Formats: sequence, structure tokens, C-alpha cells
Amino acid sequence: MTVIQPYRIRVKVPSLVGRFDTVIGLEIHAQLQTNSKLFCGCSTTFGVEPNKNTCPTCTGMPGVLPVINEKAVTLGIRAALALNMTINPQSIFARKNYFYPDLPKGYQTSQYDYPLASDGYQDISIDGITTRIRIRRAHLEEDAGKLVHVGSKGIIGATGALVDLNRSGIPLLEIVSEPDIKTPEQAVVYLKMLRDILVFAKVTDGNMEEGSLRCDANISIQPKGSTLLGTRVEIKNLNSFKFLKKALEYEVIRQVGILASGRDIVQETRNFDPASGRTISMRSKEESPDYRYFPEPDLLPLEISPTWIEMVRREMPVLPHQKREEYIRLGVEAEQVEHLLTDLELSSLFDECLAKIQGPSTDFTKWFLNVFIGELSKSGENLRTMKANSDRLAKIYNLMRSGEISSHSATKVLGICLVEQIEPDLIVDKENLRIVKDESLIASKVEEILAAHESQVAVYKSGRTKVLGFFIGEVMKALGGKVDAGIIKRILLDKLE
Amino acid sequence: MGINLTIKSAVRMIKTGQISAVDFTRTYLDKATAMNPSINAYLRLLPDRALHRAREIDRKIAKGEQLGPLCGIPIAIKDNMNLKGVEISAGSRILQGFRSPFNATAIEMLEAADAIIIGITNMDEFAMGSSTENSAFGITRNPRNLEYVPGGSSGGSAAAVAADLALGALGTDTGGSIRLPASFCGLVGLKPTYGRVSRYGIIAYASSLDQVGPFGKTVEDVALLLNVISGFDGHDATSLNQPVPDYTSKLQKSLKGIRIGIPQELFGEGFDEAVRTNVLSAITEFSKMGAEIKEISLPTLDYALATYYLIACAEASANLQRYDGVRFGHRAKGTKSLQEMIKKSRSEGFGQEVQRRILLGTYILSAGYYEAYYLKAQKVRTLIQRDFAKAFDQVDIIAGPVSPVLPFKLGEKITDPLSMYLTDVATTPINLVGIPALSVPCGEANSLPIGLQLMANHMQEQLLLRVAYQYEQNKRGTSDPYPINPRRLGAMVERDQVAPVEMPIDKVAELAYLVISDENKSSLSRDIGDILGYVDLLNKADIEETLPTAHPVPTAQHLRKDEETPFIHPEGTLGNAPDKEGNAFKIPPILER
Repeated sequence: MTVIQPYRIRVKVPSLVGRFDTVIGLEIHAQLQTNSKLFCGCSTTFGVEPNKNTCPTCTGMPGVLPVINEKAVTLGIRAALALNMTINPQSIFARKNYFYPDLPKGYQTSQYDYPLASDGYQDISIDGITTRIRIRRAHLEEDAGKLVHVGSKGIIGATGALVDLNRSGIPLLEIVSEPDIKTPEQAVVYLKMLRDILVFAKVTDGNMEEGSLRCDANISIQPKGSTLLGTRVEIKNLNSFKFLKKALEYEVIRQVGILASGRDIVQETRNFDPASGRTISMRSKEESPDYRYFPEPDLLPLEISPTWIEMVRREMPVLPHQKREEYIRLGVEAEQVEHLLTDLELSSLFDECLAKIQGPSTDFTKWFLNVFIGELSKSGENLRTMKANSDRLAKIYNLMRSGEISSHSATKVLGICLVEQIEPDLIVDKENLRIVKDESLIASKVEEILAAHESQVAVYKSGRTKVLGFFIGEVMKALGGKVDAGIIKRILLDKLE
Repeated sequence: MGINLTIKSAVRMIKTGQISAVDFTRTYLDKATAMNPSINAYLRLLPDRALHRAREIDRKIAKGEQLGPLCGIPIAIKDNMNLKGVEISAGSRILQGFRSPFNATAIEMLEAADAIIIGITNMDEFAMGSSTENSAFGITRNPRNLEYVPGGSSGGSAAAVAADLALGALGTDTGGSIRLPASFCGLVGLKPTYGRVSRYGIIAYASSLDQVGPFGKTVEDVALLLNVISGFDGHDATSLNQPVPDYTSKLQKSLKGIRIGIPQELFGEGFDEAVRTNVLSAITEFSKMGAEIKEISLPTLDYALATYYLIACAEASANLQRYDGVRFGHRAKGTKSLQEMIKKSRSEGFGQEVQRRILLGTYILSAGYYEAYYLKAQKVRTLIQRDFAKAFDQVDIIAGPVSPVLPFKLGEKITDPLSMYLTDVATTPINLVGIPALSVPCGEANSLPIGLQLMANHMQEQLLLRVAYQYEQNKRGTSDPYPINPRRLGAMVERDQVAPVEMPIDKVAELAYLVISDENKSSLSRDIGDILGYVDLLNKADIEETLPTAHPVPTAQHLRKDEETPFIHPEGTLGNAPDKEGNAFKIPPILER
């Protein structure tokens, strides 16, 4: 392996960046949310012991055959439709041949000449300016397994490796954009939008940390206004929005620097190293493997009928842009809409609650985004781990809304419900949080307080009515804060007159 | 037991209690144990397993339970069919010691029919060969004359039945590997329609050509076996979802009105005179039986052998990439890096012929050669399919020889790969087209059997077996040969007409993860050069506007429901791994230290 010298910027590159256009295309791998693998019945559960989710098929034993998982195709069609793509009536699986120990058959079963879908687009919007990013193709393929190096953190210096094939055969959809992206920022927005769409469409869980969504980028630069395409560099391992942005920004400067110093950019594949924030050469074009693609003889062409496509279209979940319109119709403010749309689970929870709450949705939205989100983050739980469901959230809100408990108590109940499996009513009763509505009880407390503070009564009577606040506070305290201050005030005034 | 005992009569004997399944099985096991050393038909006999199964069957008989159609019948299976818990090696050192974790569907069906698998038979390594001389575990001899090859690649299965060391056997046929040994050993052997029998659990050689089929002493026995192993299998996406008729039910029907086509290409130069005469006289018999004989022409047969070798080797090169020493099979000792381990394991584990075909297949799929070789072959495959389709518009059955030559002596062709390949000239077209074909004995020359090959259109096994059965029943004495105007088969070109083509062997070996020793390099280069020179004849084929054929029998894609079906690796582990840590496969470092 060649030793890679970190690239040194000798010229004042940033000032030159403006003289070049950047051309970026993204390849996104989304893990499809199926129960079983693409070609066998093994589970797709994440994080089990090595090789637990394997069988002869996904370990490439002699004599095994692949059979396509129908759900994976359905999810592929769904994603393609959501991205405005054309579903090809016939797509063909091919074998991509190379040797690597995480690839048990010695070839990956993927689609090559005839992908599942072609020619789509996604519009992205930054500061009110909309740009259309065309999508070239989307194809189905199987994932490879995982290697754990022994004796060293990484590949370098390892004394051996362990092969875990749990991931081998998990269905992926690869979505390839045209090189229509002009800036690292656009790339990030495009990836975010794509992820949101795929997550809302329930195609993938979009979890980048667990590798359910992965991204590679192709990037080249060319002098502004030039029609000559620059030399393309592929960057791998861009598995977070932050990495994608950093890697592309680094790469623009690196490439500008090379051109500025009169050298040529090498067509190659580079790896992003998060530790240094740099991209590192993996292999040049000459070293790129000859994959010897040919049609997979163990599978027939995948025929997708218009009926199938129609069925998928009919069952399409609500997509982010549709949800956005829906929220705006409900009167949710623009900023709040974007907040709700950051997460499918948040938006779904919101929708569920909305169907169960009393009063205007605008009030609830505020409570949901401020109080609920605030308490959730304080509790240390998240949407998946929290104990409350939409029933309980709506219950708490409705108790507050109807004046059964104060907003202060509502927040308290919420805090408990997030971490404990308990009905809000029980907490209200146990903690005695219900607002006192018995006016004779309030009146007797008022009398008690007035009797105990004769001097302040005198002050009031002398015309310094500000002292009323003191009395309200005292009554409130005596009743444990569970009274409407307005009622106390009315009774107080009545008694003082 | 007599050599003439058939499956049909043996089933009757066992069912009626004339002999117990255990005694019957023991008789065959004893005979096989005694005779196998001189033939080497079996790599492994399975006495414990077979007797255990036989006892179960006797118990069923005693209890009066429903019995399967192959009740108590000793069957031999080829070494490329997975049989759970048993060592299966595809005739290769690279799989030596591999214990199968699952059953091939065809094997499950056999056992569900109460057949008894008594042993695993020898074969050319990964089914690559026509003589069973390419096995890592020794050659198999032809029981009819021990100096001769039994044919291949299913030579062990054929020899086992011919020597009556089993009543029937299963083999696989990728380019003639059932029909050729059936012909050489004087048996009936059938290659069914592609997709008729599940390929699940069959160790792949060339996926678009492989098909499982039966060997028997009679056509009726073959029909009985086919009844059992045919049918749809959800584990094989290329399996045909069509009903299975009773293949024995129409055997008695006369041949009146049946049209039999004789392709003049299969009687030209390069076909032994003895073969031609015998096959033609057999065909004369058909006209006496009420069939109509028609001369036909299949001009693209010229290209079939070259097309076959390109497609088969390309698919094989990919199919054999899983043998890398990582998860099972042979792993070379003392290697410092993963790459070295894989290369060394493969080079030590694969025999010469297998390496030759891997190199050839890798080369023709590589960048810059795909169109010239692989894609062209796929297009010519379309032409051949069209030729056969046209022929089947005019005739119901096509007849010809199985092999252009008589059985040959051990060692006669093994050093000359191209001449060995030419043995398959009449059988390979059938696999390219995916139709069913069988070999039925039609005579002898110098005491060596000759096989008549009958071919029918897709899914016409019933007709095919009926024609063969009628022929078999009527075969008495000889008659005058049917006159035919032979056309020289272009495929049988003279050797000196072939200009060898150079292949960058080092580069291809690198892609194929093989290490070629210097001493092997020149002979491999020469042999592959010869083959590449030979396949150049495809340049003459008119493939303009022709679409490639990747799959021989068009059928609907079968999809799985998204259901979890957990698999428990036998003994709770991935038992075949050469090295493990916990449940993970342990391998040398990716980078040399």
C-alpha cells in the first residue's frame, strides 16, 4: 500500500475557489426495511452476535440459489415513485465479480445495465432558490458482510480479521444522482431531503449511524464557464451530513490547489478520514477492479407490472412535502412545520396527538414543540424510548386545556409520564394536582388568610390595592397552587369590600 | 440380485414383502463394497444412513403405512448434490471434508419417495469433463470394459447403475454429463427441461445450463425417477411452476403419427462410422413403428459447442469464486495475507481442467472481451434456440447420436482438452436451448455401447420417454440403415485449421485469484489458445439485430414473501469453517504484516 502524504496547500487557494465551478453527484445506499434479506429468509435485525443471521445462501455455500424478496422490490418501487422516477418494466440482476472476504459468493448480486428505475428528480431549496437535481437511476443490490480487524484498530497492522456475515444479503437501494449539485451545501440539503423522503415513505429507517443510509460522492471542478468536464474523483465513506460537507469542502480546495499549481487531477477513489478531515487516496482508475459484470443466470428478469406499480402508488405513505402542506393548512407556523418534519416519528406522534386533543391545534403545536420537546430532552429519553404514548400526551394536554390541572402541573405530570409507564390521571390523583373548584373552600381559605393578616388588610383598605397580589399568593400557597387565580381574586375583592 | 432387475420389479418385491428393504439394501451395499474398488464408481458408500432408512421403510411396511413410489430402492447420487450431514466435494480437493448443512431439493424428493441413498458417486471435478478422469479422487472405469472411460461428468453415477451397484442414480447434465455416460455405459439417461427439476442444493457449474436428471437401466425406470424429482421449488427462481404428469402413463402409446427429425449435421464427418450406422439403423426402426422420419437441418449446430464453452466457462468462473478458503473447504497453510491465502487455497484446491475453465471464463468476461466472446455467445445462443424452435414446428422429436465417437480408452483424450470437448458436440446444443433429451442404448460396436439421442421440445418429457420406450421395446435385431445425406458439421473442424489465440495469462490469473506455476503456464496457455482459436468460428454467425439469451426457458420470476425463516447451522455452529473465533470466520490479515 502506498504511503499517503497529506496534501499541502501552497497557493492561496480559497481566493481561487470562486474561479471554478464545482460538479457533484451523489450515490446513496439505503437499507430497505424488510424483515428478511434480499435473497434468503434470514433476519435483518441489527446488532446480534456474529453470523447469527446467516444461512447457506447468505454465506455462499455450494449449491445455494437466490430468490428475490418481493417486499424489497415493493420498497424499491415506492422509493422510485417518491423520487419521480420511471419504473422499468423489466430490470435485470447482474453479478459484480470481485474477491473480498466480506463477499461470500465472490460476486455481489446487483443490477447493472437494466436498473429498477431511471430518470427521476428532486427539487431542493436553499434561501428560497429552488434547484432541480436529476436522479439517474435506482437499483436493488445485496449488502456485503462486515470485517473486524484483529490486533489493531484498523486494517493497518492487523494480525488477522473476523468475518461476520449478518449484513451479507441485506437489501439495499442505490440511488445515483446526475452531477447537478453545485456546492457542498446543496449536497447536504439534497441528502437530507432524500433521507426525509425515504424515511417518510417507510423505505428505510435512515439511520446513518447504523449504516442504514450511506453516501458516496463524485466531485470534479472546472474553470467557470467552461464546458470541459473536470477529472472526477469519487469519495467514499461519507456517512453523516457533517462528513459529507467537510469532505466536499476539503476536496474542492484540494482540487483547486492542484489545478492552480499547474498539475492534473488524478481520476481516483478517495476515502474520507473523519479524524483529519481529509480525503485519502484509496486507488487510482488504473487500479480499479474489473468487475466482469454479466447477467445473473440464477435469476430471471424482474418484471414489474403496471398493476404492481399502481398498488404501490396507492399505498404510498404521506411524503414530507404533502405533510408540509397539511401542516400549513392547519395553521402551523413555517418554522414549526420544519421542526416537525425533521423526524418522521415526531411528526407521526404529533399527528396522533392532534386527533385526540381538545381546542385549537395552534395552541397544541406550541405546547408540543416547546413543553413536550423540552421535557423530553430533560428526561434523557427519546421518541423511541420514552414511556408516554400519544394517548397519554393528549390526556395531559386535555387535562390542562379543560382547566382540570394547571399548566405547571401538566408539565410535572408530563415529566413523570416520559419516564414511567403510568396513566396521567393516576399521577394527578396521587399528587393531588386537580384544581380546586369548590368556591366555599376557597372562600373559607380567603377568610383564614385575611384574618391572619389584619395589618395588610388595613393597608389595602388605605387604598394601597397592590397588596392584593400578596393575598392571592398566600391563598394559592394554602391551596397547593391548584386554584385559578381569577377565582381567588374575585372572592378576595368580594370579601374585602 | 440379477443385473436385469429394474426399479419397477424391485419396488414390487419390497412392497409385497418378498424381500425386506434392509436385506435388499444390504445386498447392494455388499456388492458395492466388493466391486467398487475395481470401478471407483462410488467415492463414499453410506451404509449406516442407508440401513437406518431401510429399517424405517420396513417399519412402515410392517405397519401397513402408505409407501412411496421408490420404496426401498437403492439410489446413487452424484458428488455435487447436497446431502445434509454427509461429505460432499464435487470431485474437488477444494471441498474435501466439506459437510453439507442442507439437502438439495431433488434429494429431499427422492427420500420423500422412500428411495434409499446408498452412496455418493465420482465425477469430473465440478462437472467439468467428459470422461470422469478429472476427479481429484481418482478415475472411474467403465464397467462394460475396464480399460475404457465411463463418460462424464456423471461417470460415477452411470458406472454404479451399469455395474448394478445401485438400481438408479441421479446425475447432472450441463453439456451432456448425463447423456454421454449413459451412452458409454449402455444405460438410459435423461436431461429434463431446464427448470423441470430444482437446482437448489446442486453445486453449480454453469447456472443457465445445469439440470438434474436420472439414470436407469430402462426407460420406465427413468420415468419413475423423473416422476419423483420433478416439480416446482420455491428455492429455485428458475424452477418451472407447471404440473408434473405421470411420466409412465403414456409409455405404451404407439408412435403412429409422430414426426421424427434427423438433423443431417449430426451424421457428418467427425462422427464415427460405427456410431452413424447404428444410430441410423435405430432410426429406421422408428419408421417401422409408424413414425414419420424427416430429414431436417439445424445449421447453427456448427456454433453450439463453441457457444457452450464460452457461456459455461463464464458462468463457472463466477460460480467458483466462492471457493476462497474463508468459510469452508480447503485453506492453504502458513500464508501471511488474505490475498495469498485465497490464491494459494484456490491453486492447491482446483485441478487443471477447472483452472483452465476459470481462466477462460474470467478472460471472456473481462473488460474489452465481453462483447467479443460472452455477449456474442449469448446472441448465437438465440440463433440456436430459433433453429430448434423452427425444427419443432416440423417435427415432434429430433434424433441423432449422443456422442460422435465410441467410448474411448482411459487416458486417450485427457491430455488434449479440445478433442475431449468435441465429444460434447451433439449434447451441448440441448443445454443451450433448455429442451429435454435422453440417451437410450441402440447397439454396440467392438462390444462398446452406442447411445441414441432423442430430443423433444420444452416440457415434452412425456413424449420423449414414450418414443424411447417404444424404441426400447421394439429393439430386436438390426435392420438396414436409414439413408441420409450427411452434411459436414462445421464444429468438427480439423485441428490444424485452428489458429491459437493468445491470452494474457498472468493478468487473467490475477483476476481469477489463481497462481499459475511456470511449468503449467505454457501448457495452459497453449490449451486455452487452442480453445479461443476454435471459438473464433462464432465470427461467422450472423448475429446482427439478435438479442442475447441469458436464460433458456422463459418463465415468470418467482418472488419470495418477506418472511423470516431462521436457519440453524448444524451442530449450532458454522462447522465447516477452516478457522473460527467465536462464531466469526477467522482469516489472515488483509495486508501482509
